[in-house]
Amino acid sequence: MSEVVSQAESENQGIGAPVRRREDLRFITGDGRYTDDINQPGQLYAAFCRSPYPRVRIDNIDASEALALPGVVAVYTGQQLVDDGLGDLPCGWMVKSKDGTEMISAPHPPMAATVANYVGEPYALVLAETLQIAKQAAELVDTDFTELNAVVDLAHASGSENIYEGIENNLAYEWALGDEDATKMAFARAAHVTTLDLTNNRLIPNALEPRACLGMYERGTGDYTLYTTSQNPHLERLVLSAFVQIAPEHKLRIIAPDVGGGFGSKIFIYSEETSVIWAAGKIKRPIKWVADRSESFLADAHGRDHITRAELAMDEMGRFTGLRVKTTANLGAYLSTFGSSVPTYLYGTLLAGQYKTPNIYVEVQGTYTNTAPVDAYRGAGRPEATYVVERIVDQAARELGKDPADLRRMNMIQPEDFPYETPVALTYDTGNYEASLDKALEMIDYAGFEARQAEAAERGKRRGIGLACYIEACGLAPSKLAIQLGAGVGLYESGEIRMNPTGSVSVFTGSHSHGQGHETTFAQVVSDKLGVSYDDVEVIHGDTGRMEFGLGTYGSRSLAVGGSALMVAAEKVIEKGRKIAAHMMQAQVDQVDFENGQFTLQDSNQSVSIQEVAFAAYVPADYPEDLEPGLTEKAFYDPNNFTYPAGTHVAEVEVDLETGVVQLVDFVAVDDFGHIINPLIVDGQVHGGVAQGAGQALMEHGIYDEYGQLQTGSFMDYTMPRADDLPDFRVDTTVTPCTHNPLGVKGCGEAGAIGSPAAIMNAVTHALGNKDISMPATPEKVWRAIRGE
Amino acid sequence: MKVSFKVNGQAHEIDVPPNTLLVEVLRETLELTGTHVGCDTSQCGACTVHLDGRAVKSCTVLAPQLDGVEVTTIEGIGDSENLHPMQAAFRECHALQCGFCTPGMIMQAIDLVEKNPGLDSQAIREGLEGNICRCTGYHNIVRAIASVADAKPASVK
Ligand code: FES
Ligand code: FES
Repeated sequence: MSEVVSQAESENQGIGAPVRRREDLRFITGDGRYTDDINQPGQLYAAFCRSPYPRVRIDNIDASEALALPGVVAVYTGQQLVDDGLGDLPCGWMVKSKDGTEMISAPHPPMAATVANYVGEPYALVLAETLQIAKQAAELVDTDFTELNAVVDLAHASGSENIYEGIENNLAYEWALGDEDATKMAFARAAHVTTLDLTNNRLIPNALEPRACLGMYERGTGDYTLYTTSQNPHLERLVLSAFVQIAPEHKLRIIAPDVGGGFGSKIFIYSEETSVIWAAGKIKRPIKWVADRSESFLADAHGRDHITRAELAMDEMGRFTGLRVKTTANLGAYLSTFGSSVPTYLYGTLLAGQYKTPNIYVEVQGTYTNTAPVDAYRGAGRPEATYVVERIVDQAARELGKDPADLRRMNMIQPEDFPYETPVALTYDTGNYEASLDKALEMIDYAGFEARQAEAAERGKRRGIGLACYIEACGLAPSKLAIQLGAGVGLYESGEIRMNPTGSVSVFTGSHSHGQGHETTFAQVVSDKLGVSYDDVEVIHGDTGRMEFGLGTYGSRSLAVGGSALMVAAEKVIEKGRKIAAHMMQAQVDQVDFENGQFTLQDSNQSVSIQEVAFAAYVPADYPEDLEPGLTEKAFYDPNNFTYPAGTHVAEVEVDLETGVVQLVDFVAVDDFGHIINPLIVDGQVHGGVAQGAGQALMEHGIYDEYGQLQTGSFMDYTMPRADDLPDFRVDTTVTPCTHNPLGVKGCGEAGAIGSPAAIMNAVTHALGNKDISMPATPEKVWRAIRGE
Repeated sequence: MKVSFKVNGQAHEIDVPPNTLLVEVLRETLELTGTHVGCDTSQCGACTVHLDGRAVKSCTVLAPQLDGVEVTTIEGIGDSENLHPMQAAFRECHALQCGFCTPGMIMQAIDLVEKNPGLDSQAIREGLEGNICRCTGYHNIVRAIASVADAKPASVK
């Protein structure tokens, strides 16, 4: 879509312009400031002792040898944190079981105290003058464990020994959504039923910057400051204050400086950061901790990990009449911050996909196992839902002998059907699904596939094509509804616009950028709205000490919710400015128009600029009597619905019959994100998402062995997509503007990861002559499938 | 142990334990934090620098190997007023998002283009095999490097 237009050529830096990112200058020169780049004089280094077993009782911790090592300053155990009165790490979303009972959270102390429940769970913290000494000392901590029976296999977890007393069958909840009886009826009447068993493989997020923190305590004031790799610093402050009780909110400042990618994994409140800030208060010295990659593998929250049986009922025409889904979702050993909501509200609600399926019923068993906690990873629930819907639709098309595109088209919600209420609790506001499908098919040259297939066959390759028409719910929204559904926090966003006396603009947002480019896009939005130069607008984020509140960045919500908050704040700035301008031009307020940064008196050639108005607001010599000086406005924006990005992804793969290697040879994504602020950034978000989806489909898999040891604990064992695994991506958009936010935007951060796994696996299945294999389609699995094993 | 070497043209003599890694020397001793650490198995390439004109992973180089060498880091190739063409191309093509892989990618890319005149995009992809980017899907990184490779006469080095 966005051909490279050099910055000089594209003068426009407002909404819709492919503005080159301003944050890039510091990143390409090595001047970025990530948490690990920040140091404090006198800082100590932290290393953690981690459970070597998946389920143990901690009988005794003898730290004497560690403490005897010169340079070691302290060893704190999980039990000490509990004894000091710290609360559990809470799960922020209460999910109810279908029988009305509340989910059961496993006790989750800030560090393991009496028991540890997954390999890598931290149970003690060593502080030393150097990192090397800290690590060495952590090895010297002598711990007596009693090994307990671990529950590792998700499929059999609910019949295994209970991990926690009082949590029967290891189930946190048995959740359901939809009309069970009506769906049953639809199946009884169906002309055809397709059934499919699916696994959604466990993924390990692997943002390239490992988690890190620097905790500080100010003796004179009792203030705590935590620099940390967070996607949502205010939420972290809220949880550490209200639940863990580190310090009152006004005594705790969280700063998330440059953050090297998140993809969900840096939303959550983890043991390590919590223990470090607590220990900084105890020892009264700054403490630094940076995860090794091995620690990230073990102790970052993982993603996905579902086992699902899906059934699709159709009439004789192939119209979908019912969808029934039963999913066992792995929650890991504890309910992580949003762990409960991901396989429920962010999953079951999306099972209508783009189709008019009238009856849907889904059941989800949220299951504990002795593995790392599972929580939101790019897409969070929506890739899993798309995988179910788009795989079974493809399977149905094959069984009915129909073209998969035709079967989809025939069942799609049509433009005139909006707003469309699904049987799984959502109301889609707008969309045009066929438009994306048509464009995608044209771009991939769907009609020409057979020729490409024949050409590949001559080279000894089997070529397959696969589609996925996904939908997602983004811009996580209405607080009221979310809180009714169990959310423990609101889902609005805050924004503040400060016109400075000299006319420049400081913008504060509660959203957080860790690669998304807010410093650029949000400046585009504000400069466009206020009619000031893009270069005069600065965007500030990621510091609870500088902006009053925020809920952070996840669920593709920054622009739709955070950007909208800025639009509302800008509107307030204009309204106040109008009063000042009217006074300056000796006119009535309603006689003053605002456009392109100028307040103009109607039917005259008189005008004042917003900069002049700002100056007057701060130097109020000749100023309206009833008006406060200053020109700073805040807004909290709480949308009244989710946004619903949707689109079609098409993948073509070639399978090498000799080796089983699957090469992704072409990929087309046509997405409807509503209005687009910066096409360059949008394309980049799609590319990155597709690469992660391709990783899930073809190579990534977090595997625990039967003893609960993580087999894929490094980049040597966990296959990350690399440049030569991927093709160039071809991306384009269609536009139906969101109907309920002031920017008409929907969010683009996750779409790539949502549509692509299903598209790629449909292509693999097609190439293998309809043989279904589970993700990831590794050479070994494919090779065996080719040989009929 | 004492080692003398140059970083970005400046001479340094440092005294560090022999098991110190080059990346630690750069980040901790010399406070050049543009070079990043993304893994502990020499797999990610975030730490890539030039050692005597060759791209190397600085997490695989030990202090004793530094005596007499010249190291160039991301800080040594250009600054915001005077960008190296590869830095400029990364920005122009939106070849970075979180920026964490970027210094290593740029150092690898410069080496790749200098050593291999007439690179095509497949060769670029293969040349980036040692560098992981989790954000961009590589598409724009390949484009950025290709734009520099295309602009470079095939005769240069
Ligand atoms: S830090 Fe050197 S390769 Fe990852
Ligand atoms: S830009 Fe984030 S890892 Fe490459």
